[in-house]
Amino acid sequence: MSIEVRDLTKTFGDFTALKEVSLQVPTGELVALLGPSGSGKTTLLRIIAGLEVPDSGSVLFEGEDTTDWSARDRRVGFVFQHYALFRHMTIFENVAFGLRVRPRRQRPSEAEIRERVVELLKLVQLDWLATRHPSQLSGGQRQRVALARALAVGPKVLLLDEPFGSLDATVRKELRRWLRRLHDELHVTSLFVTHDQEEALEVADRVVVMNEGQVEQVGTPSDVYHHPASAFVYHFLGNVNLFRGRVEGGKVYVGGIAMELPQDDGADAKTAIVYVRPHLLEIHIDQPDGNAHFRARVEHINPAGPVVKVQLLSEWGDPVQVEISQERYRELRLTKDAEVFITPKEKQVFIDRYSI
Amino acid sequence: MAGTIAFSRATASITRTRATTEPAIVRWTLIGTAVAFLGLFLVVPLAAVFTLALEKGVSAYFAAFREPDALAAIRLTLLTAGIAVPLNLVFGVAAAWAIAKFEFVGKNLLITLIDLPFSVSPVVSGLIYVLLFGLQGWLGPWLAEHDIKIIFAVPGIVLATIFVTFPFVARELIPLMQAQGTEEEEAARVLGAGGWQTFRRVTLPSIKWGLLYGVILCNARAMGEFGAVSVVSGHVRGLTNTIPLHVEILYNEYNSVAAFAVASLLALLALVTLAAKSVVEWKSQAHVTTGERTPARGEAR
Repeated sequence: MSIEVRDLTKTFGDFTALKEVSLQVPTGELVALLGPSGSGKTTLLRIIAGLEVPDSGSVLFEGEDTTDWSARDRRVGFVFQHYALFRHMTIFENVAFGLRVRPRRQRPSEAEIRERVVELLKLVQLDWLATRHPSQLSGGQRQRVALARALAVGPKVLLLDEPFGSLDATVRKELRRWLRRLHDELHVTSLFVTHDQEEALEVADRVVVMNEGQVEQVGTPSDVYHHPASAFVYHFLGNVNLFRGRVEGGKVYVGGIAMELPQDDGADAKTAIVYVRPHLLEIHIDQPDGNAHFRARVEHINPAGPVVKVQLLSEWGDPVQVEISQERYRELRLTKDAEVFITPKEKQVFIDRYSI
Repeated sequence: MAGTIAFSRATASITRTRATTEPAIVRWTLIGTAVAFLGLFLVVPLAAVFTLALEKGVSAYFAAFREPDALAAIRLTLLTAGIAVPLNLVFGVAAAWAIAKFEFVGKNLLITLIDLPFSVSPVVSGLIYVLLFGLQGWLGPWLAEHDIKIIFAVPGIVLATIFVTFPFVARELIPLMQAQGTEEEEAARVLGAGGWQTFRRVTLPSIKWGLLYGVILCNARAMGEFGAVSVVSGHVRGLTNTIPLHVEILYNEYNSVAAFAVASLLALLALVTLAAKSVVEWKSQAHVTTGERTPARGEAR
């Protein structure tokens, strides 16, 4: 079932959580709502579920306007960040709940309920915990029970609010891959909220980047990563170095060094912000030819990990982060306080519209 | 090896205890003061009640209960509690539910109002009803016309008792329900449960121990209330006397054995309440920590 929201606006007192947000989620896709806290992503999810009422705008399921439907009638599966398992019920009863509360005529028989619950618990690989209570399970197990419980009612749409938010890093990674596989098996339209860009890029078919109650960009993970629509998206998706530069005659000058302005628009602007990801900067010991480089001094080196992270101070006094491969690190023989030269391999320039 | 570990742990715990407690003399002085105070003001009077009640032997003790006025007082007390407690149970749950789970205008006012009976003297509470329903009160003439008796009759006693006891259940539940939040109810709603199903299957089971605790306290107060009931009762023997009022009358008539015998009933009620309260507290603690330590509770379904 497809989901569409049109011009949703929601305020809480003075705070505007959503500003005329429109979004389409096609049937069978796994879509991530990505944004910092306070960007409105959870509010959007809760409005789609019917747990929150929008001030204006509408929510459509498969083209049908469901804005005024109660959460009860929408038949969506919702997974809460803190699981929200019924603490006094066994795992079995938690999963069976959605079936047991159906009106008598639609309610499956006890045998059917049992069969369905066992099947779901097997799907989430927890059938051996059926008689336990939620407090006896680990965080990852609870989250899987919450998912099984949401799936029990056969939802056409699955909504997940920071599903892995309260888990530790290892379990988190494992569980998100598992969610991806599960989605490939079930193909239920799913929308999940996250503030972790790595999670969104790894799991989702499409990513919706949100900021301050508005959608900044919608696209495939590769789209939003490689072709960010705004400075915010670039900034939010991964570590980034930020250089403030002057614009003059179609070029950007950062600390006296000229760089090509890759975009035509905004040539009249006075300042621009140049964004460069740490792995797109190169370190040289000898001064390269031409002008497209600047000087920097090595402040700190962290060689632990797949890449070596180098902290430097640029010639005009801004901190710079560079990531280089272990091979390159050995080749350069970097030491603290070494004077080096830095060149960008690729950069994104965004015209600074709010120039200070 | 194991011995070494055990030993080092033991020493560690001893030093830690020393580091975080006061010297023995301070501890024993504080404990001694508390025990002496409790003994003097609680245990001695309680013992005195039973001693004086049994002063003239067991038969005199039981004779006090065979008296028709005493039986009427016991019946009235049971009736009053039987009406006041269930009503306050419903009210308390409704109020706590509203306050903990919803945002609405006037919420703080409602919380303040719930506390009102705690802050007002019970005698004043009784007087409010006399002013309202008494012959010279606002509704008095109308009630007299329709031949409805509230003041100096059973309805007045029940009303005053309800007023005095209504914070108990609500006060017990509000913090509990606030702490539990609304996520479980939301989950139930999304899963297709209606309002009543959500309450019965999700909310009620998670507050049941707190609720029982509130009911026990509410009941104890409903049976033992003196001030408010005294004002509205009119002290009609065999008709509008509850146990506490009956005790007062007997005592004023210098019938101390009967007075203390009947009073011992209330003292017994207090002891039973305390025991019940401890059991419930212990149970609810166990309920909260279920699973943190205990293995699977095999629940055959």
